[in-house]
Amino acid sequence: MRYIMKKVLSMALTLFVVSICVFFAFSLIPGDPVTRMFGTQATPELIEQYRQKMGLNDPLIVRYFRWFTSFIQGDFGTSYDYKVPVAGMIAEKIPITLTLAIMSFVMMVIISIPIGIYTAKHENGIADHILTVINQIIMAIPPFFSGIIMTFIFGIVFKLFKPGGFVSYTKDFWGFIEYLILPAVAIALPKAAMATKLLRGSVIDEAAKDYTRTAYSRGNTTNGVLYLHVLKNAMIPVITFMGMALADMVAGSIVIEQVFGIPGISRILLTSINNRDYPVVETIIMGIATMVLVINLLVDIIYRIIDPRIEVED
Amino acid sequence: MKKFLSMFKKNKATGKRNTYLIMGTIITGLIVIIVLVGLFYTPYSPTKMDSSAKLQGFSFKHIMGTDHMGRDVFSRVVYGSRITLAIATFTVLIGAGLGTIIGAITGYFGGILDEFTMRVVDAMLAFPSILLSLVFVSLFGTGTYQVAIALGISFVPSFARIVRGEVLRCKNMDYVEVARLQGVSDLRIIFVHILPNITGVLVSTIMIGFNNAVLAEAGLSFLGIGSQPPYASLGNMLSDAQSYLFSRPSYVLGIGATIVLMVLGFSFLSEGMKRWK
Repeated sequence: MRYIMKKVLSMALTLFVVSICVFFAFSLIPGDPVTRMFGTQATPELIEQYRQKMGLNDPLIVRYFRWFTSFIQGDFGTSYDYKVPVAGMIAEKIPITLTLAIMSFVMMVIISIPIGIYTAKHENGIADHILTVINQIIMAIPPFFSGIIMTFIFGIVFKLFKPGGFVSYTKDFWGFIEYLILPAVAIALPKAAMATKLLRGSVIDEAAKDYTRTAYSRGNTTNGVLYLHVLKNAMIPVITFMGMALADMVAGSIVIEQVFGIPGISRILLTSINNRDYPVVETIIMGIATMVLVINLLVDIIYRIIDPRIEVED
Repeated sequence: MKKFLSMFKKNKATGKRNTYLIMGTIITGLIVIIVLVGLFYTPYSPTKMDSSAKLQGFSFKHIMGTDHMGRDVFSRVVYGSRITLAIATFTVLIGAGLGTIIGAITGYFGGILDEFTMRVVDAMLAFPSILLSLVFVSLFGTGTYQVAIALGISFVPSFARIVRGEVLRCKNMDYVEVARLQGVSDLRIIFVHILPNITGVLVSTIMIGFNNAVLAEAGLSFLGIGSQPPYASLGNMLSDAQSYLFSRPSYVLGIGATIVLMVLGFSFLSEGMKRWK
């Protein structure tokens, strides 16, 4: 329990640091939001009036705490461009991006664990050599390129899905999931290749340790040793990697959403960056950062469950 | 140079060649040579349009076909690779340079500065790299230089972490103690005594850095945030080519394959260097 408390505290601290960095970074950029809002119609009086109203004349620290407190309460500010609350703008997009990330994660796990175990078990066999080379090549294919190739093969040659024919989860849930399969594969492939490589190396390392020999000498079969003893220890570095990969997938889906024309948070983020609509950018970045930190926390907790030896470090 | 050549020979202990290193050197070398030659000569001008030759497939005249404006894709790929490689080099220079300095100093001196810097580094590493570069791009604006700087800064934390770990490992070794007893200054110990001893790790990390920089740059410019036309990089071109997937599927192939080869070259190099020691 103490371990979890400590991890939660450290996560809160990191989140606090991130929020300070994000807020100050975006406050220091030249350019005044009020001038931006009114464009050519801006008069000095109007600007002053709105600056007063929006509290822009207060010291930076005061503005930060105001922003931070309203942020935790779920008030993310108002978009400069669309003049609507940011929360409403992204609320319906988040499930799309999140579903895509989770589907990619599940695929990565399904692909990498069996292949990783198989190649480790048959180390230096023909299949191992072939799979290792394929692995290395897949790692070099960026998801947006494999996405395009898959669009061509499955969308244009075999006509299994309609490129750009995205259906929202509110209309047809299974149609939505079906459309996300290929994008999820595109995101999952390079990560699965890395996870496979890591798992293979990790299993081989663990299998050379003393406890493996002990387990054998007690009459276990290869499979018994592998699944009951080695795998549990070999998974520890793989879980760290997979936690990081899940975080990467949330961000990586931004690019893939562009390839497959999925209206997730990617489009809002990109237009907001190009139009310098900072409240929206800030919110999305803080949102993803929070998600990433929560994932890291979960990984730490899973760690502790798998390996109780991990102590609270000072 | 002799050490460099020795890597192609068979390892005496295992009797195996370092295939990764050889493949990596060949692929990367080939790309770099083509890009360098491209500074002086490309088969066609990368910007010359020819309305009579739009969207052609592969042929001897245009080995990667032509694009939607009738420009020669191969010449454009050579040109785009130059921009991608230039941005990647710049990124790695900033990332490795600043990261090494920060990591070496914080690792060597420790204390409150180290504690604080590592908190910030952890906070930055918590961000996926593409998101981190998006944050910096939104701060600096879009454009070739801005992207290079943004990517460079987002690469600093990982280099700082690795170098810090290595310096921590080395700083209590005997040779450092001896240097300290001789009255050598701390900075000289860091940069003249410790740094040469961690180049092995550093070089392999730099190669992974190149690998990631090429991927990140291609990703950003694919999103339209990277280098802007007319300085089209490989990502921009791939994004253009995607619109013509239906009418001329081969258009994306040459561009995509170039990105894959570039990344593959660097990843083989880093893999090979890891196994070389």
